[in-house]
Amino acid sequence: MISREFLINGVLALLLLAVPFIASAVGQPFTITLATRIAILALAATGLNIALGLGGLVSFGHAAFFGVGGYVAGILSSHAFSGDPMIFGFEGSKQMLLIWLTAAIVAGLLGLLIGVISLRTSGVYFIMITLAFAQMVYYFAISWPAYGGEDGLSIVVRNQFPGVNTMRPLTFFGVAYGALIVGLGLFAMIRDSRFGAALQAVRQNEVRVASVGISPLPIRLTAFVLSAMMTALAGCLYADLNRFVSPSMLSWHMSGELIVLIILGGTGRLFGPVAGAMLYVVIESALGGITERWQFFLGLILLATVLFARGGVIGLLAGKARHG
Amino acid sequence: MAEPVLDIKGLRKNFGALKATDDVSISLYPGEIHALIGPNGAGKSTLIHQICGTLRQDQGSIRLAGKEIGNLGVAERARKGLGRTFQISSLAVEFSALRNVMLAVQARQGSSFRFLRPVRSDRNLVDEAMDRLSRVGLAERAHIPAGELSHGEKRQLEIAIALALDVKAFLLDEPMAGMGPEGSKVLTGFLAKLRQEAPILLVEHDMDAVFALADRISVLVYGRIIATGTVEEIRRDPVVRTAYLGDHA
Repeated sequence: MISREFLINGVLALLLLAVPFIASAVGQPFTITLATRIAILALAATGLNIALGLGGLVSFGHAAFFGVGGYVAGILSSHAFSGDPMIFGFEGSKQMLLIWLTAAIVAGLLGLLIGVISLRTSGVYFIMITLAFAQMVYYFAISWPAYGGEDGLSIVVRNQFPGVNTMRPLTFFGVAYGALIVGLGLFAMIRDSRFGAALQAVRQNEVRVASVGISPLPIRLTAFVLSAMMTALAGCLYADLNRFVSPSMLSWHMSGELIVLIILGGTGRLFGPVAGAMLYVVIESALGGITERWQFFLGLILLATVLFARGGVIGLLAGKARHG
Repeated sequence: MAEPVLDIKGLRKNFGALKATDDVSISLYPGEIHALIGPNGAGKSTLIHQICGTLRQDQGSIRLAGKEIGNLGVAERARKGLGRTFQISSLAVEFSALRNVMLAVQARQGSSFRFLRPVRSDRNLVDEAMDRLSRVGLAERAHIPAGELSHGEKRQLEIAIALALDVKAFLLDEPMAGMGPEGSKVLTGFLAKLRQEAPILLVEHDMDAVFALADRISVLVYGRIIATGTVEEIRRDPVVRTAYLGDHA
């Protein structure tokens, strides 16, 4: 039987795919950029959704991973462009696949370090420690003049994906959209697996999980690292979209934005981040044109969501999540 | 006599000046139900926490199947074969009854770091979990979220979860609590047979159940075991009568 949520997810996926093509046909190229932004933010939030949605780990420091992804793309790309060797004679790269792999490894290691320390706490302390780590990375980036410091780093020519021209907006959208679909697939796979069962059970009742003989900490740590890696991938794409990376990608506003996306869309739901990113970007571009204070209205919507629609957009449309 | 499965020796735990556990020794032999009774505040919960590993003892040893477990964490003790139920039901409330049991089956098979295969189509997990649910009479409620089960059903589910583990010793913390007379009767019959699979350390307030089930009884008062013996010995013990049993004996 096809569930209602499955149908809604399909509609959202097709909608996001169709918009840039329609925009291209009617000559609205900027809309393609908006759709690409939605896909990338949704991927970043899907990464966070592994930790937050499945594991109940409210990380207020995921901008660190998002930004690290961005900086890996920017740094590798700038070395490849200028020809300056980085380390061991490695000259950087403009190949997205290599950049993504590097970003995933770097963010994974950073996630391991941050996770090992912060997962010893819970609740508000966990939120604060993840925030503190992210702020450390933020100030590190600001005070590192080799890669632009406060001014950030430009990516002169967008990095390359095998076989396509990423400078074409529609093509780059396709790359980002493809990455999002793969990311969603991974999320669903993790959620439905034995690991996912343990992770979701840890969120619901840690004592119960320990009492059947599963140690909660390694489960949480693994989820945190996977989460960091996926968010970093989105960071690479985000840098390529803007052809620019700056410390703002690492700021706590970004961490907050990712959490807001998930809450708006539906915490722990597969397409929650997609619905959330759509809503967020649409509000931003629609209201942002009218008033600089558009975030006030975002705040109202967030308030309404938390008070009256705890399941977010997906919860509103598809009903409560059921766990077989 | 055979080696005890669970052997607690000289356990002590102080909270400041309060001796919550005062030189407690309890042994659990194969095939037996050993009931632990005592008035409120006697230190039963503190003792259970130490056996399960949520509290660390100040002194003494806890051995399971001949191996010291007193310095292990909760999850490790569970993996060594300590199957417990909780005084207040402790379940993954969003998961269905079936998925709660599946989690235990998965833990026993020792494989929570698998990422590829969806659990819902994993016959290894589903079939065994259904079997455990049937044993406690919950098969028809398998797909109801644990949080929506009745109080009695939650107690049954806790036992089904323990059954799914590779248990060497059961530690049942007031399984009869809030079960109602009919439910208690059914559960008493069930536990009577369960002792064949693994011995049971039974903490219980329901004296009818304790007297019906227990092979031996230990009485805990102010953190000390004041008597251990068969049902008849405990019923006749004058110290126990004054300290605890009163009219019941």
